Amino acid sequence: MSAMPGIVAINTFREAVRDRVLYNLVLFALMMIGAAILVGQISIGIERLVIVNLGLSAISIFGLVMAIFIGVGLVYKEMEKRTLYTLLAKPIRRSEFLVGKYGGLLLTLVVNTSFMALGLAAALYYVGRPFVHADAWIPVAIYFILLQLALVTALALFFSCFSSPMLSALFTLGIYVTGVFGSDIREFGEFAKSPPIKVATRIVYYVVPNFHNFNVIGVVAHGEAIPVSLIWQNTLYAVLYVTLVLVAASAVFARRNLK
Amino acid sequence: MSTPAIEIAALTKDYPVGFWRKRMRRSLDNLTLEVADGEVFGFLGPNGAGKTTTLKLLTGLIFPTSGTARVRGRSIDDVRMHREIGYLPEQPYFYDYLTARELLDYYARFSNYSATERRARVERFLGLVGLASAADVQLRKFSKGMLQRAGIAQAILHDPPVVFLDEPMSGLDPIGRREVRDIIHDLKRQGRTVFFSTHILSDAEMLCDRVAVLAAGKLQGVGAPNEIVSIEVAAMEIFFEMPEGRALPAALSRAEAIGARHRLEVPEAELYCTLDKLRECEARILSVSPVRPTLEDYFIRMVGKEKAPVHALEGMAR
Repeated sequence: MSAMPGIVAINTFREAVRDRVLYNLVLFALMMIGAAILVGQISIGIERLVIVNLGLSAISIFGLVMAIFIGVGLVYKEMEKRTLYTLLAKPIRRSEFLVGKYGGLLLTLVVNTSFMALGLAAALYYVGRPFVHADAWIPVAIYFILLQLALVTALALFFSCFSSPMLSALFTLGIYVTGVFGSDIREFGEFAKSPPIKVATRIVYYVVPNFHNFNVIGVVAHGEAIPVSLIWQNTLYAVLYVTLVLVAASAVFARRNLK
Repeated sequence: MSTPAIEIAALTKDYPVGFWRKRMRRSLDNLTLEVADGEVFGFLGPNGAGKTTTLKLLTGLIFPTSGTARVRGRSIDDVRMHREIGYLPEQPYFYDYLTARELLDYYARFSNYSATERRARVERFLGLVGLASAADVQLRKFSKGMLQRAGIAQAILHDPPVVFLDEPMSGLDPIGRREVRDIIHDLKRQGRTVFFSTHILSDAEMLCDRVAVLAAGKLQGVGAPNEIVSIEVAAMEIFFEMPEGRALPAALSRAEAIGARHRLEVPEAELYCTLDKLRECEARILSVSPVRPTLEDYFIRMVGKEKAPVHALEGMAR
């Protein structure tokens, strides 16, 4: 396997690490987790539920913000700033560049999510409650959040190959929201009398990634177990979907003329 | 016969323009050109002539509408071609959060050097372009000239046999320009092919084995700088001083006054007749020299005629 994507990924990660905005976001997320402690303290008897719920939601929301707002600029920024000129003159395929950019942002998200997860663990520890068996599902919920972020990053990168950051962010966010409510949209279609609406909602359900299945925050907060089959299913689904989106992005970017 | 370093055949590039009603604008029109191995080749033309478009096509940053090009026998579509080339874009932009050392290290990684070799190369090329003392400064703090130097270093860092430089002297002070000229001379001495675009004609005259002139996307002529200059009709330049209190005779009124001296440019055929007139009015002749048209004159003439390609020069094109 070519080492080229790895070289680009490490540089993308370095760019993110040196970007102060990122630190602000992580700090803000950690503050949110801290706030969860306060809210937890006034929620007599349901401290764990509140802290886990708010903490995982903070990780998910801030991860999403990072994935979208860094992701939409991944390729666009390189084209606008013309840093791509010297890079693509090197012996690197455009697809390798894309995979490298994607890998770099994913690595950034994994590191940031890990920091936020540590913040959540610290919050749970701080409220003086010993870790219980049900807490073992919290890392799984975080893993699902990362799978979601991997999907969102791939979509943001795809749009970044041919549209402006603003439009890319709108498209990505639109697909995310649609994906979260995919099942509801399909149900709405089934109730609708109009056949075209039925067909359209089914298409949306099957084409747009189903983010609903990745959201187990409520389940984990209530201390319930996550079926192992769902872990496999979500992993496979995310890997396949990300691969498809990256292939599509490569196809779009392969013949793109740089300004 | 050895393979040319660069072979360009009928390369054409159209860009869509307009928002609602897209129409195509031709940026490069049927360019055919060959550059020999080891040659320093200058690509001249005004802004918008198609120089940068050609370089972007050759480096795979944009794709031709029609035509083909090969570098050292490899098609420009082939990613392996990129191992053979180095490229400095016009007004290069780099990752400004990196230091010069990190930037070169990053680019060197694409050439599969060992860590030791990579570090040694980075240090050597930082020194070569005069950035050793600024090696650990972030590029966002670099001046335009320093960025240009970093750009040149990354273009030649992996010893490519063919080097494309887009306006390499741009943004450099006279010392910087001299250093870049020296680098290009060194590259030539090492047997590398250098293809560079410029509008600084004196640099092209000094450095190039051959030059091509491009205007409005069309090739106007190709040849050695001295060949191009020698085809021009020569004129003679006379510097003289008039005796004190003596006015310039009407026959010499075309002469231009430069302080106490006068300068007169006459066709070669009229030289002796003019000298006779100067002697008659007891002028002191300071110098008589042929006016050798510069590449600049040629360039301006070609650009002025861009709508009517110069057939006289076609024979010069290889």
